[in-house]
Amino acid sequence: MESYPEELLYHPEHDWARVEGDEATLGITWHAQDALGEVVHYEPPEIGASIVKDEGYGELESVKAVSDVIAPLSGEVLEVNLRVTEEPELVNDDPHGEGWLVRIRLSDPSEAETLLDAAAYRASLASA
Amino acid sequence: MTGAAGSGRRVPAGHVPVPGPRTWPDGTGGASAGRVQGPGPGVALLYEKSRPGRRAGTLPSYPLAKVEVPEGLRRSAPPRLPEVSEPDLVRHFTALSARNYGVDTGFYPLGSCTMKHNPRVGERLAALPGFRDLHPHQELDGCQGALDLMWRLQVLLAEVAGLDAVTLQPAAGSQGELLGLMLVRACLAARGESGRAEVIVPDTAHGTNPASVAMAGFDVVPVATDARGNVDVGEVRARVSGRTAALMLTNPSTLGLFDEGVEELTRLVHDAGGLCYYDGANLNAVCGISRPGDMGFDIVHFNLHKTFATPHGGGGPGAGPLAVTAELEPFLPVPVLVRRADGSFALEREAERPLSVGQVRGFPGPFGVLVRAYAFLRAWGPGLREMSQAAVLNANYLLARLRDAYELPYDRLCMHELVLSARNLKRDHGVSALDVAKRLMDYGFHPPTIYFPLVVPEALMIEPTETESKETLDAFADAMLAIAREAQTDPQLVRSAPHATVVKRLDEARAVKQPIVRHRFDP
Repeated sequence: MESYPEELLYHPEHDWARVEGDEATLGITWHAQDALGEVVHYEPPEIGASIVKDEGYGELESVKAVSDVIAPLSGEVLEVNLRVTEEPELVNDDPHGEGWLVRIRLSDPSEAETLLDAAAYRASLASA
Repeated sequence: MTGAAGSGRRVPAGHVPVPGPRTWPDGTGGASAGRVQGPGPGVALLYEKSRPGRRAGTLPSYPLAKVEVPEGLRRSAPPRLPEVSEPDLVRHFTALSARNYGVDTGFYPLGSCTMKHNPRVGERLAALPGFRDLHPHQELDGCQGALDLMWRLQVLLAEVAGLDAVTLQPAAGSQGELLGLMLVRACLAARGESGRAEVIVPDTAHGTNPASVAMAGFDVVPVATDARGNVDVGEVRARVSGRTAALMLTNPSTLGLFDEGVEELTRLVHDAGGLCYYDGANLNAVCGISRPGDMGFDIVHFNLHKTFATPHGGGGPGAGPLAVTAELEPFLPVPVLVRRADGSFALEREAERPLSVGQVRGFPGPFGVLVRAYAFLRAWGPGLREMSQAAVLNANYLLARLRDAYELPYDRLCMHELVLSARNLKRDHGVSALDVAKRLMDYGFHPPTIYFPLVVPEALMIEPTETESKETLDAFADAMLAIAREAQTDPQLVRSAPHATVVKRLDEARAVKQPIVRHRFDP
């Protein structure tokens, strides 16, 4: 069901970040997976790669299209969710949990201040 | 997330037909009557019909010496080819063909593909022995007629484009795009401007545009669409610079809208020192009415197999000729077809064309597609604009009939195609564009392109072409309206469609993840 956890921060391009200290876990939102349709392939970045806020860091392919995944925050990739590469449908089933995509070490934690909270993200969806 | 690359439409792969009853839904009237009755539930594979020793033909024995194949290169077992009789073979492929759907079967409004009728006179002309039996290595004095036809086709295409020179070499629109960008690179180098690396591509572009840009070694600079469905002129103004190599634009765009700022866009790019490339995918809307060259474009590619007959499957593969300005003409690929003073035709090669980017293809053609395109253009003659007028009229007729049942993202007169959104059906009834497309199959129509362009959610991209009658358009509109009503009254019926096809709703995700791409002999 459509819901947006309060503890996550949101990027207007429909990505979320769970910030824990100087690390963060990233993924796409419920709205993004709903718009994409069933996800069939996840092309993750390499571990150690640098990703840049507002730019693509990986690809998700659905039955509709191939889409770049936009980084809500900048940092170095510490871990990619290999389960999602095996079972891409996790992104549809649990986009804010088991369907996470990467874990990064933040290069500029202050970037988080530019992201939306759950209420602001919900409002942005309603006005779209 | 952002939509980045690729057409939204995907072809499901790897599914074995599932047996099932053929029942037409009640109340769909005659819409399905045009469908060919299928061969019954399930068609067994040729391998499953195979019986040892059966043959569709036998060869006489020849008294030839046996070829000695070295021991290590011999097969250990004969190849496992299907063994069937000729009648079984003919029935097998006839059964498969009866399940096919093409422009000769029914209405085929696949947006941006221009699936128009393929005139039969073109087939007759392409089958003339002097054309049909040409050898690729035919000496030039033995194929002057074929070269004459190619020359005349080049002249006609230059006129349609409003440009100076044409090459017929690219085998498809995609190769035309790549060659066009190679010409941009060559032209910039000749101007001493090799440092320009950026190509501006709108977010409504076909996926081939950014792909060609990347393949040609340039960087893609995406620009957005404004609230009226035009390219955002302000954003282009902000993005052009001394790094701009080119703009790639499809006009009308994939939204089916003529860009109202096109002259401003080409002027901005030219003033910045870049070149302008016109993607001719949607040329069917403007032939004989407005010319890309007059809009300010330097390079135009044609899809002969869209605009000038031979749609997919209607006569073979594609052809993607390129028209260019006089400045770009010296860079065209060799061999270049020229007419000598005595009226004969010759091919110029590297020695005569030192600035050429080289050869991009082994032989001209597919020649049969060139013959059909030439026949098509000559049949229309100076009245070619009526073709585009009828295509635009047909699309606007459908727009007028469907605009209340589906959302219209940009409320303007459309060109040769219209883009609707099923967002209202999805929001109110949980029925998506995919569901509408599947349900259309129950009504006997090929679905439109869906989920493209990416800037329109739940997009349905409908291109009727000029060759459809009002009765056909009405039958399609009636079906679309009936499906919108069904979405309210019986959404599950639409969500589980198609019901009247041999193969029901495919598990597209599983088809991608676990494709079955070959026959397994052993269970």
